[in-house]
Amino acid sequence: MTLAVWIPLLLPLLAAPLARRLAEQLAPRTAALTLAATAAALGTAALASLGLLTVTGLLHLPYAAALAHFTPARRLPDALSGTQWAPAAAAAALALLVIGALAARTAHHQLADLRRARRATGDAPAGLRARLRRSGPAALTVLDDHRADAYALPGRPPRIVATTGMLAALSAPERAALLAHERAHLAGRHHLLLAAAEYAAACHPALRPLRGALGYHLERWADECAAAEVGDRALTARAIGRAALAASRAPADPRPRLAPAAAGGPVPRRVRALLTPGRPRSRRTARTLAALALAGCLAAAAVTTAEAGHDLHRAVETAQGERPAPHH
Amino acid sequence: MTDSPARRPSGELESQVLAALWAAGAPLTPQQVQDAVDADLARTTVATILARLHEKGTVARSKAGRSFAYTPTVQDADGLAARRMRTELDRGRDRSTVLARFVSDLSDEDERLLRDLLGDQS
Repeated sequence: MTLAVWIPLLLPLLAAPLARRLAEQLAPRTAALTLAATAAALGTAALASLGLLTVTGLLHLPYAAALAHFTPARRLPDALSGTQWAPAAAAAALALLVIGALAARTAHHQLADLRRARRATGDAPAGLRARLRRSGPAALTVLDDHRADAYALPGRPPRIVATTGMLAALSAPERAALLAHERAHLAGRHHLLLAAAEYAAACHPALRPLRGALGYHLERWADECAAAEVGDRALTARAIGRAALAASRAPADPRPRLAPAAAGGPVPRRVRALLTPGRPRSRRTARTLAALALAGCLAAAAVTTAEAGHDLHRAVETAQGERPAPHH
Repeated sequence: MTDSPARRPSGELESQVLAALWAAGAPLTPQQVQDAVDADLARTTVATILARLHEKGTVARSKAGRSFAYTPTVQDADGLAARRMRTELDRGRDRSTVLARFVSDLSDEDERLLRDLLGDQS
């Protein structure tokens, strides 16, 4: 077993900030896809590394070694044994348990939220007929609530949910922009990208900041779709701005506000991006370099994971007596 | 808007008509719906959409002079379910990532920035 197994666990520390920087310089759709792909790839690689470390540790146990049909005299070759592997393997096993618990919690929250949101629309729990029916364009469901809120509800049938408070706060053209924005979320199946980032965040703490970044770029993506559909960027910007102001005027309950960031929160940034399109992006060379560096990180994650898997496979074959032990 | 409304999917227009009815807060005649929707819809298209919504039970209609006036029907028969969902989602600490919301929360600074950005348009 070589150093390779550790690399995928370290790469997110470098690649996650890199991906966020790069995303800022890309068009919303490309940015979102880059962030989601980065999170998914690095999360998978980290998971694989932890799995390999755990299996290595397990194979040191006599019982597991017997199950794996190791030649008793050989057990694992020196490269794999050695006391330094025991704590590493134990830590990896613990990390896997934590990840499993986090992923289960995420799945539980997401399903509970979806079920609750679905119930609020008055839909029966999706029956067989609803599942089989080809879903047409998302219908609008209106909730009788004076507080302004709107969201896209994925699933079958997909729905756009808006409160009466939100619809009343907007003019007719602004409502068209809102509907187009939510339709873009559903058509692009953005919830799947968000879910991928969510589970990746459970796999490695350094991947957590990618969730928020992805959320922002998905909103931007839907904003651009809406602006293209209604044919008016300023109108779309106004719809977002007025919706946000309406939503904050009647909050459900007072929440502590976070300290404002220098550039403002996501909503002002989205509005600004629509009002000032084609703002000077950073130089193309810088963008290319960042893209290359990120691609390098992802390639390194893939190669080192494969390498570590291959190493373990060889070591196991050696211990099973199918391959002569390496000289040392 | 360049493409003709007739070529756009019917679900889209239904949503716009429904949104207009809800936003109005009072019964609307087809003529008023036509004015309230931001799409260049023919009178017959509006009538067809309203008839379809009425068939589905999404809107109710009442006689208003020579034509009908339409009101949206309350879909969440127990509005309680909706309210419960909101209060639970609004607890905020771990907001659902599956529901992409149109707008996120604003800080006070955000609110000021937004008003500046929208300027006189708001």
